[in-house]
Amino acid sequence: MTSNNDFVSLTDVSKHFGSVVAVDHLSFTISRGEFFSLLGPSGCGKTTLLRMLAGFESPTTGEIYIDGAPMSEVPPHHRPTNMVFQNYAIFPHLNVRANLAYGLRYDKIEKAEVGRRVEEALEMVKLPGFGNRRSNELSGGERQRVALARALIKRPKVLLLDEPLGALDKKLREEMQLELRALQESVGITFIFVTHDQEEALTLSTRIAVMTRGKALQVASPKDLYNHPVSVEVADFIGQMNFVEAQVMDVRNGEAVLDATGLGKITAPASSDFVQKGANIIVAIRPEKLILSAERRSDGLGAVQCTIKTSAYLGDRDHFYVSVDGCEKPFAVAIAETGANSDQSLDRQSIVWLSWADESLILLPRD
Amino acid sequence: MTEVAYIDRPSRALYFYAILYLGFLYIPVLFLPMFSFNDNIYIAFPLKGFTTKWYMEMFNNQPMWAALNNSFNVACVSAAIATLLGLFGAKAVTRYRIPGEKPIIFVIMLPMVVPYIIMGVALLILITQLGFDLSLYTVTMAHVLISVPFAMATLISRFEGFDQALEEASTDLGASPLSTFWRVTLPLVFPGVLASFLLCFTISFDEFIMAYFLAGTDPTLPIFIWSQLRFPLRLPGVLALGSLILVVSFVVVFFSQWLRSYRVEKTQPGI
Repeated sequence: MTSNNDFVSLTDVSKHFGSVVAVDHLSFTISRGEFFSLLGPSGCGKTTLLRMLAGFESPTTGEIYIDGAPMSEVPPHHRPTNMVFQNYAIFPHLNVRANLAYGLRYDKIEKAEVGRRVEEALEMVKLPGFGNRRSNELSGGERQRVALARALIKRPKVLLLDEPLGALDKKLREEMQLELRALQESVGITFIFVTHDQEEALTLSTRIAVMTRGKALQVASPKDLYNHPVSVEVADFIGQMNFVEAQVMDVRNGEAVLDATGLGKITAPASSDFVQKGANIIVAIRPEKLILSAERRSDGLGAVQCTIKTSAYLGDRDHFYVSVDGCEKPFAVAIAETGANSDQSLDRQSIVWLSWADESLILLPRD
Repeated sequence: MTEVAYIDRPSRALYFYAILYLGFLYIPVLFLPMFSFNDNIYIAFPLKGFTTKWYMEMFNNQPMWAALNNSFNVACVSAAIATLLGLFGAKAVTRYRIPGEKPIIFVIMLPMVVPYIIMGVALLILITQLGFDLSLYTVTMAHVLISVPFAMATLISRFEGFDQALEEASTDLGASPLSTFWRVTLPLVFPGVLASFLLCFTISFDEFIMAYFLAGTDPTLPIFIWSQLRFPLRLPGVLALGSLILVVSFVVVFFSQWLRSYRVEKTQPGI
């Protein structure tokens, strides 16, 4: 028997296509009822992993367990998983009702019950009355809902979603994200969601596996990924990040004293083993954690003088790119449009101060 | 400035060429129906007068009807077998990773380019060596052989024309591979199956060389027509039959082309 924590479990799963390693020794577990995302750039192996979960590909090494049962000998049509395909794969020769009822035949369900469940599923995805339509009579968003309903009507243990929102325009995508999240919470089914869109992953997921080159770099909640990335690669992939090289001068009481390029002598919280005296590391800080001011702040924050190079107005916030003597790349600073931390009199020419709180600095190992 | 894009601008020279080309193709063929209505037993100009008596004669020609019946049966059976084989072959080469796929396709497609007379002789030798009697069955076998490449070509394009995710979706929803074939694959390739059948039917129906080598005592229609050429009196009746077949063939070929171009609705989202 399995506990709820390892409802889906991957042990040492790899997939080779000839000499190409698509998935490289992955091991992690997914809890029952989680909204779990596989996030990574195209070619990182996330879709291959999803297809292995569905049974369309079999792992070269390792084993996948769903609810305690090993899956390698189970063909796709006997697996407790259902999938929402990237282009939805709505059967073009069947209407929406027949598409939804398609899989119920194999669950030995009475005809009346099938009809009831189809109507219920259409209701659930907000498409009542769409039963007689064909896929070419549906918009992109409607197809997406039909594909979702067709998979969920089977009441799978795990729902697999292969970039289902990728083909929708931005506004519709954001709408569907919220609906998808609400739907997942109401049905309580474990969702495994593949995406290359980090914002989407952060919005939807309870946990995210960040993948590149077939490996999982970090498996963590969106908050942890954002605030405590374990590597430069993850930090760079999730949101925007400023990086500075630094050398550790001293470590004591969980605080590291560093000599950082351009920033000079700074202190930062040190919690990891790699932060050792003399080590070369990377200091990272989020754009929105940086503060710009005309005068040096008197509240004891770390600070350095800087020059504004360019700025970009993004509606809800301003992005400034500021250069600091000694640093090759400018720092990105995000300031909320009505933010309390912005000094209204900032202008390009005036030399300003760049400040930060020590706690907002993230120390990362050098790759 | 004209509103027609440069690349779409009509060219008088090309237009003229196209008409000339179509004339070259079809004017000879049109002699057949023309002379079939000519009131003269000699096939020669000038035309004498309009008659339908050759058509009446044709309808009373019992051996001809027997030959037509033979050809129809051979064409139906060979087209059905070739289409079935083509269906399996096309599914195999488009859906599975087969080692040596390219050479296999090449071998299957080869009968398209091997001269029928060579194949006819080869089959004749083989069949007589094996001790089988020549009959309509041997003709049917030969016609299957030459039809399969056309069936394959027609069906491969159809199989490639729809999203494989549809078949995956079917198995994902609980359908076995066999069930998926019946409920998703076959309905989606069906226009291709029909087109393939019609194409193979016409190939068999007018095939002469191999039928001539391999038919026993029962002639197919092309063999019968050829045998009639020795009797000038019967020639106008043959022309009448030929004209009818021409009309039917055109209809069938146009229909099969129309089916071929009748595409599966793309499962691409949005407009």
